[in-house]
Amino acid sequence: MEILVCVKRVPDTEENEIEINSDGNDIERDDLVYSVNEWDNYAVEEAIQMVDKAGGSVTVVTVGDEEAEEVLRREMAMGAENGILLDDEAFEGSDGRGIARALKGVIEKGNYDLIMTGAQADAGAAQVGGMLAAMLDLPYASLVNSIEVIDDKKLKVGREIEGGNQEMNEIELPCVLSIQTGINEPRYVGIRGIRKVASVDIPTHSASDLGIGADEIGEGAARLKKVDYFVPESGEGAEMLEGSTEEIAEKMIEILKAKGGLK
Amino acid sequence: MAQIFAYIEHKDGVADDSALELVSAAKKIDAGADVNALVVGSGVDGLCNDMAASYKEVWKIDKDDVAYPNAEIIRGMLLNILPGDAIVLFPHDTFGMDLSPGLSVKMDSPFASDVVDFEGTDGSDLKMIRQEFGGQVSTHVKADISSGAVITVRPGVFEPDESKSAGGSVVDKTGDAGDVATKRKFLEVVVAEIGDVDITKSEVLVSIGRGIEEEDNIEIAQELAEAMGADVSCSRPIVDAKWLEKSRQVGTSGQTVKPKVYMAMGISGSFQHLGGIKGNPYIIAVNKNPKAPIFQVADIGVVADILEFMPELTEKIKEAS
Amino acid sequence: MESLIGPSNYFLFGFIPMIIFSFLIPMVGVGCFAYIMAKRVAPLVKAAPDYRLNRIPERIIHIIKIWLLQWRQPRYMTAGVLHIMIFIGFLVLSIRSTELVVVGISNDFVMPGFGGALGSIYNVLKDYAATVVLIACIIAAYRRGVVKPKRYAVPEKYGHDHTGEAIFVLGLIGTLMISESLFEASEVAASQHDVFLPPLSLVWFESLILSGASDGVLQAIHVIAYYIHDLTFFFFLCFLPMGKHFHVITSIFNVFFMRLDKGNTKPVRHDVTDEQLDDLESFGVKKIEDFTWKHLLDFYTCADCGRCSDQCPANTVGRPLSPRFISIKGRDKLFENYPLRGEFKESKPLIGDIYEEDEIWSCTTCGACEEECPLGIEYIDKIVDLRRAMVDEGMVPQSLQKPLGALEKRGNAWGKMEKKRADWAADEEFAETCTVKVLDKKETAETLYFVDSISSYDDRMQDLARATASILAAGGTDFGVLGKKEKDSGNEVRRFGEEMLFQTLKEQNIEAILGSGAKSIITADPHAFNAIKNDYNNDELPPIEHLSQYVAKQIKAGVLTFKPVEDGSKVYTYHDPCYLGRHNSVYDEPRVSMDAIPGLRRVEMDKSRDRSFCCSGGGLMLFYEPEEEERMSVLRVRMAAEAGANVIVTACPFCLVNMEDAIKVAKMEDTMEAIDFSELIARHMNQ
Repeated sequence: MEILVCVKRVPDTEENEIEINSDGNDIERDDLVYSVNEWDNYAVEEAIQMVDKAGGSVTVVTVGDEEAEEVLRREMAMGAENGILLDDEAFEGSDGRGIARALKGVIEKGNYDLIMTGAQADAGAAQVGGMLAAMLDLPYASLVNSIEVIDDKKLKVGREIEGGNQEMNEIELPCVLSIQTGINEPRYVGIRGIRKVASVDIPTHSASDLGIGADEIGEGAARLKKVDYFVPESGEGAEMLEGSTEEIAEKMIEILKAKGGLK
Repeated sequence: MAQIFAYIEHKDGVADDSALELVSAAKKIDAGADVNALVVGSGVDGLCNDMAASYKEVWKIDKDDVAYPNAEIIRGMLLNILPGDAIVLFPHDTFGMDLSPGLSVKMDSPFASDVVDFEGTDGSDLKMIRQEFGGQVSTHVKADISSGAVITVRPGVFEPDESKSAGGSVVDKTGDAGDVATKRKFLEVVVAEIGDVDITKSEVLVSIGRGIEEEDNIEIAQELAEAMGADVSCSRPIVDAKWLEKSRQVGTSGQTVKPKVYMAMGISGSFQHLGGIKGNPYIIAVNKNPKAPIFQVADIGVVADILEFMPELTEKIKEAS
Repeated sequence: MESLIGPSNYFLFGFIPMIIFSFLIPMVGVGCFAYIMAKRVAPLVKAAPDYRLNRIPERIIHIIKIWLLQWRQPRYMTAGVLHIMIFIGFLVLSIRSTELVVVGISNDFVMPGFGGALGSIYNVLKDYAATVVLIACIIAAYRRGVVKPKRYAVPEKYGHDHTGEAIFVLGLIGTLMISESLFEASEVAASQHDVFLPPLSLVWFESLILSGASDGVLQAIHVIAYYIHDLTFFFFLCFLPMGKHFHVITSIFNVFFMRLDKGNTKPVRHDVTDEQLDDLESFGVKKIEDFTWKHLLDFYTCADCGRCSDQCPANTVGRPLSPRFISIKGRDKLFENYPLRGEFKESKPLIGDIYEEDEIWSCTTCGACEEECPLGIEYIDKIVDLRRAMVDEGMVPQSLQKPLGALEKRGNAWGKMEKKRADWAADEEFAETCTVKVLDKKETAETLYFVDSISSYDDRMQDLARATASILAAGGTDFGVLGKKEKDSGNEVRRFGEEMLFQTLKEQNIEAILGSGAKSIITADPHAFNAIKNDYNNDELPPIEHLSQYVAKQIKAGVLTFKPVEDGSKVYTYHDPCYLGRHNSVYDEPRVSMDAIPGLRRVEMDKSRDRSFCCSGGGLMLFYEPEEEERMSVLRVRMAAEAGANVIVTACPFCLVNMEDAIKVAKMEDTMEAIDFSELIARHMNQ
């Protein structure tokens, strides 16, 4: 099975306070460290496990500059055989659809049975997978949290739905799946693993290599335009209790009693 | 202004909470617009009639193929019936996420997902607010909606419109929707196991998040819950770490709870988590981080380390009783 | 009869010359033994290299102390004394046993030099030795068979009980003692001369019993006893390499080759420099032959005594790790893959075959096992090598992946920003009394205070950094910190098998330290202390001291003086952090410093100094979620309570994290508190 996994380099935001730059058009990126989008990492692990069982190879692709190569190498160190970098100034400022268009270009140049994306990334839009599937006229399933290969034409996939339930589907190959976290336990990649694949050639494609017109990608073609960033106002918010722990605890007990929180 | 359509999610003949939230959302896009509902399913007449109270027209697709909402089939059907310049709203949930990005491509419309607010139009541009980086920052975005749009709206942020004064009518579009072939076949829903405690029935919940730090500390929360006569629930990271069973998880990907009092202990308050809290409970939040989003939705907040605060509170409750 | 016919001249049934057997038994025995040993050596030849023929004088001292004088045996008194009895007996009797083999060929053979007075003295000695060994064997068999001390038990998952083997071997030894003495006693009984026998010795009793026996009986006993001894002796020799008694042969080598340094970690391969690491195809121990030959020799040498596991904190709290079975399973795998008969087997990956992932991650590298082992068996390096292989294969628990990623990107396990590393010094109240220089191009200082990550970033542990800084200031030391240039020391990064990440952290720290121009380093974190002292291996680095060593020195010099203890009713106890105590032998300085505080009452816990009980580990261990029945730190605070203490003083931020947690978990907040050495000193010193 030939599997393509689309990955994205994103800033690590969990431990860091995100601040907005002085122009208000982006976050302050100077002190941030980047890594592969968590959802994408699960997708790559899943692809590698599938190939380990069923044969074939995994290719990882990303849209970005040279710095994005690092995440490709990290995923290749996990076991993806090939990496492809889509690097062109023309891609800059693309919205989700522009990114999907770029990926469509590279998918059409290859011959993939299965295309995976992470369910979402830093922008929280959860859009590229579904758009890509529609552009390619392929079946799509989102938020996939289990995959079972039925044969070389069909997969059985589970989708995570509300209430912690799982929706089981049979889906024909080729198809596009967006992967939810928790589907597996991604393996560790250390510095050594990355160095091992440091010299593997990663082909780079520009927009014109993929036959993509300037009107389809980039800021100009974006249908959803970003105006600015801002820190949400905290609104009325909670009434903050202050004082010593003891005092707070006593106040809280009174409130709990009043609200029926104590039995 | 084009027509606005709201997709009505439903289960067992009952509309999802989002059904009336989308009425408010649509009015925020354009207070004067005609807002129609899309109801797709099998045997949905009753639901359509209910919706007619809130929407001008209720477009009905009533077919056995869509007895279960298979996004792949419904997308094709919607394409067959929607006008090209329709503005289509979905709740940003596991169904909306599944269907809408592809629909926007097929309709050749702009797509905005997980919108938390609308700020009116500027010419043909609709201004919207989204969040990025796990809700840490917000962003204004705009899209030219003159040729339609597909938008997913965050559940729970718009007040449901209970006015029910639309006096609308039901329009059967089943014929127009046609038959749609699919390469993705729905098989079944595997229902999550209910653990020893059904938190959806709990009146008081002590809910823990990342702030609990270690598996062993869960005991501290259990002791507090015991003293209060409450049950213990949690956020997703606790379940991902396998410290509590899945049936204890509150959130869109877990259980939906309707307690009277909800104690959010060391929970930052992502919208996926808040999406699982319904019925407007009294929320008490304790978190080390004064900027934690949970404080925006809580009634009472305390900036403290839950590992220190909870034992103290437990002690005081025991003393008081 | 004048005297009995010796075995060399004896004809069975009057025509079978027994001398044939006297030749045959040793020849077959030695032949078999050589064959078995050749098979046993085979994997050692294929194993990874390790140069251990250096520093011979130190190795000879080990031989004398640990092997010959059995230094570590009495740490377990009963078993230790029994073992010493048997060991010394064996040494004495080895001469007699060799002599006896030749006696079977030449009746009057006497060991060269043992003809005269020396021989007479020796005869007395060996008669008592045999007696002592027999008594020791009987007691030992009683212990194994009836008393059954807990540490010998074999948990179900590790296979069957080992008591049978132990008793069988004790039986063999007993047989040797009895047959040797009977051989002599029968001769003495038959002799008409007065022969001196050491009173109350085994042979003395036997000759008394045999004194009335007929010559025929005595002759029979004489010859039969000889050949039973001969057969048992060579059977025993060939039986030794089959199990735990292999140590009888290998122990002297294992002790000679045992590790000489403490605290350090073995390189990935001894024949590969740090610079060449990138060229290695594979890292760590994946298959059994990836171990070094010394580590395989360890497996052969394990005597199954269970002392390591008895001391192992992981084993004590029910984690899935027992160092004893790391060795036993390794040995059994060697026996299986290198059988005495048939082809050698292809080796399989060890993880999933004989070892489990959780088992290998359960080790806190506290070193209690190695400290205890009477045979010099190493465990930490094996665990580290197995972890290196798991890291290389991507088998790292999810809970450890995030901190490792953060260490790679940010130089600390919490992913905190580099520029905030010295923020602890900016605390308003503290900054008023103490200024901490950040050493860069403009600022220099004599001494570098290496803070390390947890004391830099953790809210509570920042108190320790501030206390340390104020002690250095009070001690009149010109000091500074590296600030954002300081990275995690990497002590646990290396011990968790992420060697390349460790190398990176090490290089960054060495560059920053050398760049600071400081002449000495002080740290309050034993993990940083250990890494810089024992793992960085860089001659240009200035010398490093732990805060407790600095404080002890300043007290002696009269620079630091103390106010009377704040609360005289408190009883203090000192908990030795593994990386300060066992791994670096700093035991006295913290105690001496504490005792310098007037009025401070201090008690010792049962397990202290080199038997200190690990708090459950520092560094990355804080992020690992082991399966365990209880927490090590909870056990530890209970030990402190048993010792009558109500304040645990430790000298390591990780110990403090664990102890403070444990006091809460054990609900001992009202009766126990934990503080760091730095805090205790800072609170009591005269400014």
